[in-house]
Amino acid sequence: MANWLTDFVRPKIRAVLRRRETPDNLWTKCPACGQMIFHRELAANLFVCQHCSHHLRIGPTERFAQLLDPGWVAVPVPAVALDPLKFRDEKRYTDRLKEAKAKTHQEDAMAVVRGRMDELPVVLAVQNFSFMGGSMGLAVGEALVAAARAAMAERAPLVVLTAAGGARMQEGTLSLMQMPRTTVAVQMVKEAGLPFVVVMTDPTTGGVTASFAMLGDVHISEPGALIGFAGARVIEQTIRERLPEGFQRAEYLFDHGMLDMVVHRKDLKETLGRVLRLLMGRDARHPVSSRDAEDFDLPAISGPAKAK
Amino acid sequence: MSLYTFLDFEKPIAELETKVKELRALMQPGDLSIEDEVAKLEAKADQLLRQTYARLSPWQKTQVARHQGRPHFRDYVARLVDDFTPLAGDRMFGEDAAIVGGLGRFRGRAVMVIGHEKGADTESRLRHNFGMAKPEGYRKAVRLMRLAERFRLPVVTLVDTAGAYPGIGAEERGQAEAIARSTECCLDLGVPVVAAIVGEGGSGGAVALAAANRVLMFEHAVYSVISPEGCASILWHSAEKSQDAASAMKLTAQDLQRLKVIDTIVAEPVGGAHRSPREAMDTLGDSIGQALNELVGRDPMALKRERREKFLEMGRVAI
Ligand SMILES: [Zn+2]
Repeated sequence: MANWLTDFVRPKIRAVLRRRETPDNLWTKCPACGQMIFHRELAANLFVCQHCSHHLRIGPTERFAQLLDPGWVAVPVPAVALDPLKFRDEKRYTDRLKEAKAKTHQEDAMAVVRGRMDELPVVLAVQNFSFMGGSMGLAVGEALVAAARAAMAERAPLVVLTAAGGARMQEGTLSLMQMPRTTVAVQMVKEAGLPFVVVMTDPTTGGVTASFAMLGDVHISEPGALIGFAGARVIEQTIRERLPEGFQRAEYLFDHGMLDMVVHRKDLKETLGRVLRLLMGRDARHPVSSRDAEDFDLPAISGPAKAK
Repeated sequence: MSLYTFLDFEKPIAELETKVKELRALMQPGDLSIEDEVAKLEAKADQLLRQTYARLSPWQKTQVARHQGRPHFRDYVARLVDDFTPLAGDRMFGEDAAIVGGLGRFRGRAVMVIGHEKGADTESRLRHNFGMAKPEGYRKAVRLMRLAERFRLPVVTLVDTAGAYPGIGAEERGQAEAIARSTECCLDLGVPVVAAIVGEGGSGGAVALAAANRVLMFEHAVYSVISPEGCASILWHSAEKSQDAASAMKLTAQDLQRLKVIDTIVAEPVGGAHRSPREAMDTLGDSIGQALNELVGRDPMALKRERREKFLEMGRVAI
């Protein structure tokens, strides 16, 4: 773990951060505890608050750096029809897209790469909440289909990190159709005998949760992540009751049987690598011949076994 | 069916029809001048009705699609399905009457029919939770679809829901997972699946029963990712912009056929399915029958493959 952090993740994240090193964002306020965190600390800590352990939202660039060995390559995603409905609300959809692209330097809300995770070849797709709330339209559907095809071509597992408010309303029923469409993509991967592992990150709601996110062979999440179908406001308006403490948080979903584990970000790469190696029948990366009974965690929120 | 509620935009038609009724009440036998007037007014009302329904706005269609007088699942089953034998329960938690399903005989052929039921009066609306299903409803649908597949029965679904139910219990029991599994099941079946959007096709709660080989849709039904009200309040910050949202989202059968989201538009009687429910149900029956005739007897793998290919292409049409 230590090697991986110092040799690779830190320099990588520094590179990512360098271009946004303006005095304005040298400090980040933790959205949970309100403490100011210096950006170097934040990056070194994988964007987890060192004061309260809140897992901040991060995008594909940070995720690739945190989860993959150096040398990943982008999986090309075919272009889709831009603004198929010529949608306009208070703003033109095309303008919203332009703004999101300028803000995130990404084509749309899901980025896909081929790479290695602790040496095991994987295809990794990461949804970007900063791009129009991670919403699923044609482009996200296309990205997931491309990811599925890449996984099948490589005979590699498909790992998806979800983060979305739901479907892209500006693409109307075409965005709704990405629910069955991404479901077909998942079915192809599974029928090819390959693992499909989902990491639901904060927040994962709406049509994304109700399609490919909930169809994983293994479901993982990060502490405190919001995961659900209906939004809290809609539920409160419908039932006219206050929602219970911790409602729709990862720990709540774990308790209700929807997640296999809630894993701290620092353990995510090791956990994913271990699960995929076991599913793919590969030798262990760090063979552990004997584990303390004490140390051998049952599935639990506390995360993976710490036999290091 | 004279006791249906008039929609706002039907007011001018309602006024003419009321006038006709009043005149008829006054009419004496052989009163030619009034008879003539009645005939004229009737012709005018009829013309206005045709004109109005020939160019309903997307928001007006939304209101028609939600009209209480439209036929509901139980009406379709009563009219189109013999020997209907409802099957209940998801075998995991409970029975959800928002989705009704069972075995039956459609035009002589044994089928599995599954659909949303909104209910027709206060009591039945509560019992069916206004057609808003909980996880149990979708899990029951999966159970019935698998049962159909085991006995090679085609699956017919009737979609009419504002959406899946947003509630604490529904979330606790995995609403999202239940919807995802139901969609997945539709896409996995080795038997024909025909879906009809008969009223409101509301979001994921509708798709869960509509990933079919053939998707039929009534002329004035709507099928959308979110309700126009919901879309307006999020994107326009005002529920009063529902009309604009309905237009922008392209939720009508006509738009969706152009976008290749649905396969067939089923014509409604003049003035909508709520004016002549029987005629509407029979027309839908014919369309379902035709779709089944095309699909029944086909190779199970081919049915599954074609259904998946169709959904894999969704949105890829060059627009
Ligand atoms: Zn904090």
